[in-house]
Amino acid sequence: MTADVGGGRPAAAAPSSSPFAIELKGISKSFGPVQANKDVNIAVPKGTIHGIIGENGAGKSTLMSILYGFYKADAGEIFVNGKLTAIPDSQSAIRAGIGMVFQHFKLVQNFTVLENVVLGAEDGALLRPSLAKARKTLQDLAQEYELDVDPDALVEDLSVGHQQRVEILKALYRQAEILILDEPTGVLTPAEADHLFRILKGLRDQGKTVILITHKLREIMEATDNVSVMRRGTMVGTVKTAQTSPEELAELMVGRKVLLEVEKQPAHPGKVVLSVQDLRVMDEIGVERLKGVSFEIRAGEILGIAGVAGNGQSELLAALGGIQPATGTVMMNGAALPLSGHDANGRTRREAGIAHVPEDRQMLGLIMDFTAWENTAFGYHNEPKYQKNALLMDNDAIRSDTERKMATFDVRPPIPTLAAKNFSGGNQQKIVVAREIESDPDLLLVGQPTRGVDIGAIEFIHKQIVALRDAGKAILLVSVELDEIMSLSDRIAVMFDGRLMGFRDPETTNERELGLLMAGVSGDAA
Amino acid sequence: MTKLPTWADVVLVPLISLALAAIISAFVLLGIGQSPTEAFWVMVDGAVGSAYGWGYTLYYATSFIFTGLAVTVAFHGSLFNIGGEGQAQLGGLGVAFVCLALPWPHWTLALPAAMVGAALFGAAWAAIPAWLQAKRGSHIVITTIMFNYIASALLIYLLVNVLRPPGQMDPATANFPPGTHLPTLNEIPGLNLIFTKKVPANISLFVALICCWLVWLLMWRTRLGYEIRAFGKSEKAATYAGISSFKIIMVAMLISGALSGLMAINNVMGESGRLVQNASEGAGFIGIAVALMGRNHPVGVLLAAILFGFLYQGGAELGLWTTIPIELRTVVQGLVILFTGALDQMVRMMLGVFFRPRAQARAS
Amino acid sequence: MDYATFLQVLDTTLRLSTPLLLACLAGLYSERAGIFDIGLEGKMLMAAMSAGAVSYLTGSVWIGLLAAIAGSLLFAVVHGLASITFRGNQLISGVALNFVASGITVLIAQSLFGQGGRTPPLDGAARFNPITLPLADQIAGVPIIGPFYSEVISGHTFLVYVGLLMVPLSWWVLYRTRFGLRLRAVGENPASVDTAGISVVRLRYTAVLITGILCGLAGAYMSTGLQAGFGKEMTAGRGYIALAALIFAKWRPWYCLWATLLFGFFQAIALRPDVIENTIGISIPVPALDALPYILTVVVLAGLVGKAIPPRAGGEPYVKER
Repeated sequence: MTADVGGGRPAAAAPSSSPFAIELKGISKSFGPVQANKDVNIAVPKGTIHGIIGENGAGKSTLMSILYGFYKADAGEIFVNGKLTAIPDSQSAIRAGIGMVFQHFKLVQNFTVLENVVLGAEDGALLRPSLAKARKTLQDLAQEYELDVDPDALVEDLSVGHQQRVEILKALYRQAEILILDEPTGVLTPAEADHLFRILKGLRDQGKTVILITHKLREIMEATDNVSVMRRGTMVGTVKTAQTSPEELAELMVGRKVLLEVEKQPAHPGKVVLSVQDLRVMDEIGVERLKGVSFEIRAGEILGIAGVAGNGQSELLAALGGIQPATGTVMMNGAALPLSGHDANGRTRREAGIAHVPEDRQMLGLIMDFTAWENTAFGYHNEPKYQKNALLMDNDAIRSDTERKMATFDVRPPIPTLAAKNFSGGNQQKIVVAREIESDPDLLLVGQPTRGVDIGAIEFIHKQIVALRDAGKAILLVSVELDEIMSLSDRIAVMFDGRLMGFRDPETTNERELGLLMAGVSGDAA
Repeated sequence: MTKLPTWADVVLVPLISLALAAIISAFVLLGIGQSPTEAFWVMVDGAVGSAYGWGYTLYYATSFIFTGLAVTVAFHGSLFNIGGEGQAQLGGLGVAFVCLALPWPHWTLALPAAMVGAALFGAAWAAIPAWLQAKRGSHIVITTIMFNYIASALLIYLLVNVLRPPGQMDPATANFPPGTHLPTLNEIPGLNLIFTKKVPANISLFVALICCWLVWLLMWRTRLGYEIRAFGKSEKAATYAGISSFKIIMVAMLISGALSGLMAINNVMGESGRLVQNASEGAGFIGIAVALMGRNHPVGVLLAAILFGFLYQGGAELGLWTTIPIELRTVVQGLVILFTGALDQMVRMMLGVFFRPRAQARAS
Repeated sequence: MDYATFLQVLDTTLRLSTPLLLACLAGLYSERAGIFDIGLEGKMLMAAMSAGAVSYLTGSVWIGLLAAIAGSLLFAVVHGLASITFRGNQLISGVALNFVASGITVLIAQSLFGQGGRTPPLDGAARFNPITLPLADQIAGVPIIGPFYSEVISGHTFLVYVGLLMVPLSWWVLYRTRFGLRLRAVGENPASVDTAGISVVRLRYTAVLITGILCGLAGAYMSTGLQAGFGKEMTAGRGYIALAALIFAKWRPWYCLWATLLFGFFQAIALRPDVIENTIGISIPVPALDALPYILTVVVLAGLVGKAIPPRAGGEPYVKER
């Protein structure tokens, strides 16, 4: 059955004596001054699910992109089924039987599923025969691996989970024997993730090899046979999953004992700072993304919003931050905030005492071409302290203010005249966090505070957020990292499909309960 | 790719681009059977070989400073204003209305009024494409180009049917009253020691220089400039910071249009003393090359404007003394825009080859 | 307006629509592949001059046509270099090439012929002559249909029919072939094409070259079909109008036809002040009529477009993300 998949082409991976589907030997790769991979060796046995775990920036994705021919390694050799194979481009990888599901899907949004699957694997110059064949193949694959998707649906209409299935189908249609998945569960609910793991196990049982890249220990323990750990571009070890523990893996990943809990005293919530009633947001094409959300945040408390990405959290932040028009009632310190029209903007929000660390710092929080000092004034450029007189800004004042903030927040290098794009992700985030926290807000909106940030900076940023809470400020924390929500929040609300599914106390709830709420199951809808 | 030092990026990239444009132009000249060296010396001689030549070069440069600054301000807001030509034509109309409205007693009174007229008309002509971009998302490049054509038709109509004095044959306004005459460089005490013959460069040159300084102040020292630059770099981030896209698009384009319009005090009021057809002679387009070559900085714009003044005056001399068509100017202008604005990466890569060995030497 | 006048206007519409249509389809390939091309104007101009000059020198319009395509392709390659290989600003590249074309066409024509940047008038085999379609004369007498067929449909030059045939052909290429699928994909999400093992660079160059060829046809039609010879700036903004039509057409081949027919109609009535005066009862000054196509272009861009979603990767150089 499997041999028929993808039509009459010969199976890409011929049988061979090597027990390994993939062997990488001495792989090195640099991007400018950054060495992403240093002399990496790994061997992946055939017919297994092999996990690669490591922190953000440990070099996992780079390594797999090299294997897929997306980047060229500076040094090293690739063996596929025991045979030395040159993979200069993705075409060669596909020919060698390697398929890849990227973290950010590589789908054409306004194409149908069928067109996406066929793209690049057409059988001839004309489209119709290819599409007809693909339709048949997809039906077979759907039956075999629980991979149902409507072949005629437009990708943009599909849920994220289904889009991911299309990516897997694309690989299988190209007769991939080795499937690489890069952080596949970041966008999935726990239930969808479980479904994905069932699919992967099914693939393995059919003799295919699966490489699963993730930074989540739970998934490694749940789904893999073997696991390799990467740290700062090097491979620190490969173990059988059954013979290891999350604690051991975590230590291998970070190189020291990890502080999984943030130290904090019990909260002392004061008066209500922010009160949100029936907040609704409609996107540009008329789809309701936020479907009537109500909650309150008190002074000296962190409200954490958990949820799978794309369930309305971004819109919640955008509406409260004045970026996206909304309807409903939002009271800040007892005064109503304008939610649409000319007065609903980032400037009036700041004047009302709301600071905002946006989810996407590179797109929203910073101007990458601006210097650090220009970015320090970003959004606060109308502040009286930054003005020399009625007409001119006081650039010297901004620069010295920036120096002070860089010192307080340990931004490295502490050079105010350096462009934002030349800082690392963690230091960029510190520039944003410093700016927003130091503006002394009554309410801090903070989205994905530690996305793509190294572990040292994570601890630092977490401490700053807790310190702000202890100073009696209200904080709305949005994060897709459940651990982060659990350890920082004083109260947790779970968001699903534009609604809050209920509030939980982090002391009494657990990941399983939150996971169910994130999947929209058993909510006491608020 | 090797990262260039800042000075190389700012100074060498435009110079290499210019050299490439010159080399290709030389080949074009060879291709049509002309001598590039002869052409070059005719241009140098005619444009900068004498105070008289400089008087013309600076006259053209004055216009190009205005239009170059106009393109620069819009560029910083990520708006590509190709409508400088039409806005300059309308600026001329504004100057004409002001100058013909009153029997002005002295240029010191007429000039500020004419500047207001020029800036208002130029800004008004930029306002419609700006509004359409801000509110309707209409592609500003296409709309400003269309407005150039419309401006040209409008001026023909007005000059032929409305503003032309009875009995006059050529489509132009009446001569402006004597009190609107701007002092030319040869009429300014002190400078008349250098410029002994009558030259078209006039007091507008100093207005242009002041505009350079004002634009620098605006872009790098005021909140508005900060907002324009922030918006230009990232529209999404600007929204986050509470910067209104509508306001920035409108204001940046109005300033841009006003600067283009201001050019008319140089050519219409300063040089011809009446409004003729196609008075701006393509200076609005040159502004694009000047802005790109000047790296969107007023100092760069000033230098690039002088360079293009040289090219223009030199090109006119070519038309006088050789059989090389004057359109050579347009070719060079296009090539400069191409190399500085679109093939700048290529130029950087070429330069990177030279800087790489040095960077490696330092590293070891 | 009587039927005969109406047919005359339609006939002119079709003639004037042709360069717009060819340029619009040219832009379609490029923009569908994610490369903005404001330089249609320059390529047309270059092609018009090449066709005019070479047709005159060789006496054969066919060689002139080839020269037009070559001239246009030269500019297309430079635009490709700037926007694909060197990831430059596509708008600026297009504008720059328009200036170069504007200057160099006059430079070349002047040095070849010394007639103020014009090429000498073409006649006979040096230009495209009207083709009478089969049965045109026979059914001319049939009421309504007959004159329509013989006046409007029949009697155009070769390139008019090529332009009309390019519409279904382009539709078929875009939606029914492997190449079309990939072309549309690369304009929407080049990463999807890249990860499928197809070269983004090659696809985009192919698109840009097709744009060059079609602009070559458009330009050749200007100097050897619509008119008999090249004149300075003879394209008069048609490249930009074609772009406006492309936006109006929402980047779809059949809509391109309707949009360019509309713009061609604007140009056609601008040539007939008498018809306008008879229809609306007011005399409109000639400069206003000259400006009419440009004004209507702005109006179309401003009001009638609605939500036109351009190809998502349009204008952005493709860089592999890290």
